[in-house]
Amino acid sequence: MTIPATAELRKTALNSRHRQLGAKMVNFGGWEMPLEYLGILAEHEAVRTRAGLFDVSHMGEIEIRGVQALDLVQQVSCNNAAKLVVGQAHYSGLMTERGTFVDDLLVHRISDTHYLLCVNAANQDHDFEHIKANNKFDAKIENAGPRYSQLAIQGPKAKEILQRVTPVSLDSIRYYHFAFGQVGGVDCLIARTGYTGEDGFEIYFDPGHSEKLWDELMKAGEPAGLLPCGLGARNTLRLEAGMCLYGHEIDETTTPLEAGLGWICKLDKGPFLGSNVLNEQKRCGIDRRLVGFEMLDKRIGRDGYPVLIDGREAGRVTSGGPAPFLKKNVGMAYVPSTTGAAGTKLEISIRGQAAPAQIVVLPFYKRPH
Amino acid sequence: MYPKDYRYTKEHEWIKMDGAAGTIGITDYAQNELGDVVFVELPKIGTQLKAGQSLGTVESVKAVSEIFTPVSGEVTETNPALVDAPEKINSDPHGSAWLIKIRLSDPKEAASLMDAPAYEAYVTERAKEHKA
Repeated sequence: MTIPATAELRKTALNSRHRQLGAKMVNFGGWEMPLEYLGILAEHEAVRTRAGLFDVSHMGEIEIRGVQALDLVQQVSCNNAAKLVVGQAHYSGLMTERGTFVDDLLVHRISDTHYLLCVNAANQDHDFEHIKANNKFDAKIENAGPRYSQLAIQGPKAKEILQRVTPVSLDSIRYYHFAFGQVGGVDCLIARTGYTGEDGFEIYFDPGHSEKLWDELMKAGEPAGLLPCGLGARNTLRLEAGMCLYGHEIDETTTPLEAGLGWICKLDKGPFLGSNVLNEQKRCGIDRRLVGFEMLDKRIGRDGYPVLIDGREAGRVTSGGPAPFLKKNVGMAYVPSTTGAAGTKLEISIRGQAAPAQIVVLPFYKRPH
Repeated sequence: MYPKDYRYTKEHEWIKMDGAAGTIGITDYAQNELGDVVFVELPKIGTQLKAGQSLGTVESVKAVSEIFTPVSGEVTETNPALVDAPEKINSDPHGSAWLIKIRLSDPKEAASLMDAPAYEAYVTERAKEHKA
């Protein structure tokens, strides 16, 4: 087992909290982050049945301001930000001119002239440069990561717990909307978004208040079974919910249409970076597409393992592992689009042995309410 | 923590000797590094193994870890309890969650392995490196 040196890694404002809680720390995209506290399975279960609290301060924030802020957002991303009302957010893709992903992101419309983008930690600087290079508009771009900490509280009890420490009526914040208000006396942007497949909130605030906010939320949530959760559970939760992870399902070689993300690809909004390629793909069809699979015996198909169809390698597993709540082993992979139907049998090559699997409909897990 | 009558490897396996018979498992340090164990793959009974050869894998939610036999010999038993309850490796790695039993072809091989105090010193040193 190799654990890289952590000396030069970036740390969130909650680093010492994680250590006090006995977290196992890992390098994730250049950040020293908690992998797990009690254990991935316990944390996964907490989020599916109660609630979990995640430090996701490594996530990047980019702010775009100006009279043409919307035009810039529209030019670089594939979803239609013109449809957002103030106080609304959506999932989108930051596009190359080839219609592939520079990153995936959340776009928040703070005002008609102000957008907040939440991007992946490891991509933040690259995203910033990419947006800057495409800025032919009257808009200013700020690489705002250092000005924000971010906490995610996720799970069926997240709303009830968060409501104990905020005067903002959380019922009035609909899914993929946000509001400004205080949490534990700290000014926050409170968004009803997440990356777990559960209801929940992502809270953005000044890093100086990180420990206070973390402690207030843990205190408010402990009676309801709130657990601190690490990146390990964050990954099993998003996989079980069939969500893409940058560097795995999506990257600069994959398009939203191939990744099953046609719903964030609004080709009718007018031209944007890569839209000609995507229009062409939509017209002519795609050669490969992302599918979900479940293993048919107890073995585990993992990231990078070859996918075999009729005994021949047809692709690689992009993400694979246990889906703890479903008590199955699942994964995602690109396969030729002609073979992508649910029920199709395939095999995952595990250390040279073919293990049976079958294609299933995504997502693997959908929350009941 | 680490039973005095066991011998240990640098790859974090343990072996308990009883004449020419040995019981092999992974250490508490190893299970803690792996995290929640969800699957174990063990060799067929009767398999001949050479010291240092892979005897199977222990998989946690996050990772796959290959397990190496510290001694040569023939596999005489595999732990049936781990098929449906691999998580026992997290709760009782030095006891009921043993992996295999082996009939040693050369019992002298075990003499070169670490004893409990040496192993404890070894993992303490490793833990310090991780924190540095």
